[in-house]
Amino acid sequence: MSEVARESRRAGRLTASPAILLLLVWMIVPLAMTLYFSTQNYVLLDPDNRSFAGLENFSYFLSSDSFLNSLWVTLKLVGSVLAITVVLGVLISVLVDAQFPGQGVVRMMLISPFFIMPTVSALVWKNLLMNPVSGLFAWLFQLVGLTPINWFSDWPLLSVVTIVSWEWLPFAILIFVTSLQSMDQEQKEAAQMDGATPVSVFRYLTLPHLARPIAVVVMVEAIFLLNIFAEIFTTTSGGPGDATTNVPYLVYTQALLEFDVGTASAGGLVAVVLANVVAAVLLKVFGKSLTQA
Amino acid sequence: MPNLKQRRRAAETLRAILAWLVALVVFFPIFWMVVTSFKTELGAFTMPPEFLFTPTLENYREIMERNDYLHFAWNSLVTSGGATIVGMLVAVPAAYAFSFHPSRRTQGILTWMLSTKMLPAVGVLVPIYLIARQLDLLDSRIALIVIFALSNLPIMVWMIYTYFRDVPRDILEAARMDGATLLQEMTRVLLPVSRGGLASTALLSLILNWNEAFWSLNLTTTKAAPLSALVASFSSPQGLFWAKLSAISTLACAPIVLLGWASQKQLVRGLTFGAVK
Repeated sequence: MSEVARESRRAGRLTASPAILLLLVWMIVPLAMTLYFSTQNYVLLDPDNRSFAGLENFSYFLSSDSFLNSLWVTLKLVGSVLAITVVLGVLISVLVDAQFPGQGVVRMMLISPFFIMPTVSALVWKNLLMNPVSGLFAWLFQLVGLTPINWFSDWPLLSVVTIVSWEWLPFAILIFVTSLQSMDQEQKEAAQMDGATPVSVFRYLTLPHLARPIAVVVMVEAIFLLNIFAEIFTTTSGGPGDATTNVPYLVYTQALLEFDVGTASAGGLVAVVLANVVAAVLLKVFGKSLTQA
Repeated sequence: MPNLKQRRRAAETLRAILAWLVALVVFFPIFWMVVTSFKTELGAFTMPPEFLFTPTLENYREIMERNDYLHFAWNSLVTSGGATIVGMLVAVPAAYAFSFHPSRRTQGILTWMLSTKMLPAVGVLVPIYLIARQLDLLDSRIALIVIFALSNLPIMVWMIYTYFRDVPRDILEAARMDGATLLQEMTRVLLPVSRGGLASTALLSLILNWNEAFWSLNLTTTKAAPLSALVASFSSPQGLFWAKLSAISTLACAPIVLLGWASQKQLVRGLTFGAVK
């Protein structure tokens, strides 16, 4: 090995190792502890009474109705938000792609919700818009002669889905609009000259062009949506009943409300497995459009 | 063909109107929050809603006087700023190594780093909580700085890496030939040419940290709680002060929304690791 190559390797190791070591510790230590705690009967309120539980925590957590329910809630939440943000995101991006007066302002307004902190958007929606007595929606409903909806008690999951979709729609728009700018305009004009309808231009030119950005949006959003917590914490606290308890919220209630470290750890590991399964499935489905540059 | 031209113009106008309508609907909750922050508590509650009213700064004054806003804003600033600085100090050298001194394992390491983002926060909530408690770091800004920095580290490394890849190798090699040390090579040559990329990485980290709520809610109570936790405290039933909630929310979000507007182009590149251009 040449002197230069050796020097380069030394420099590379020296500069990369802090990040690698820190991330290794950040990943391995908590995971190992979670793994260990998940095999223990360990309740923080009674820490002396700790014993080996084997797989009891897992069988307790996995077979409980609340877990199956939270899994279902998680999938419905992630799935519907993904569908809503991708479909609306594509349509709105195509809509604002052309030149028109105030285009810059329109785009700024469209992406703004992405920068609002989740606790704020949750509370603004809950109190100022969706409140059944004094919210703006209630007033709009009365205006057209309808009975106002009690959103969070009658349609709890739909309410959460609405808020989260509002937060993530801007992300999809941001990515799609950027991608549309790099589209081949000549090809589009040629197709229009040949008499292609707007629908067929969308179907055969725009959608294929957006395949890769759609894959990116689905991957990035899925990672964040599996972890949705603040919106549920500040609006429904998982209720009514357990209608909006997703896996993160269920683990949180086990850990910091019931202080059941053992079960919470088992639940945490289940969440890790779930995230990896979802990631693997998504990579399988979307991986191709991601790797072909 | 004047007819076709006219029809085309009509379609364009319709499209512009539709675009404005959609944008106004999407933006409306933010607009309404800002409007409500200038109402009296009574006015914020009135049905039908007040569209015309005398704006008051009462809510803002009261928040400032009770001094709690500034305390929480300071916590937000220290934790998100601190975590950004720590993250940059670790991420820049790593990205430098991956772009300019790659080895056979570099791609694998980069992928592995990103995979740590797949680790859901709840998966490690219990141990992090217990470690923080053991070290007496519950409700401390240090704990949040460390956690924010580590959880964003993969994204920061990737983002800086995609910017460094575009820097011509020759200028670094030339500096090395001239006898520059590793540190000089990074600070005198690399950093100046990639200022823009580094700034947008730092910005994204600031935005993510400022808005973070999971760890803030679970690891802090009052002493170290940032704005996102303060806002969440308004979810309790006795906290029905909507005008004040709106005022605090407006103050909490304004800096980040402004930053986001200013940096939207770079954010796309960062958020998608350059996969979308």
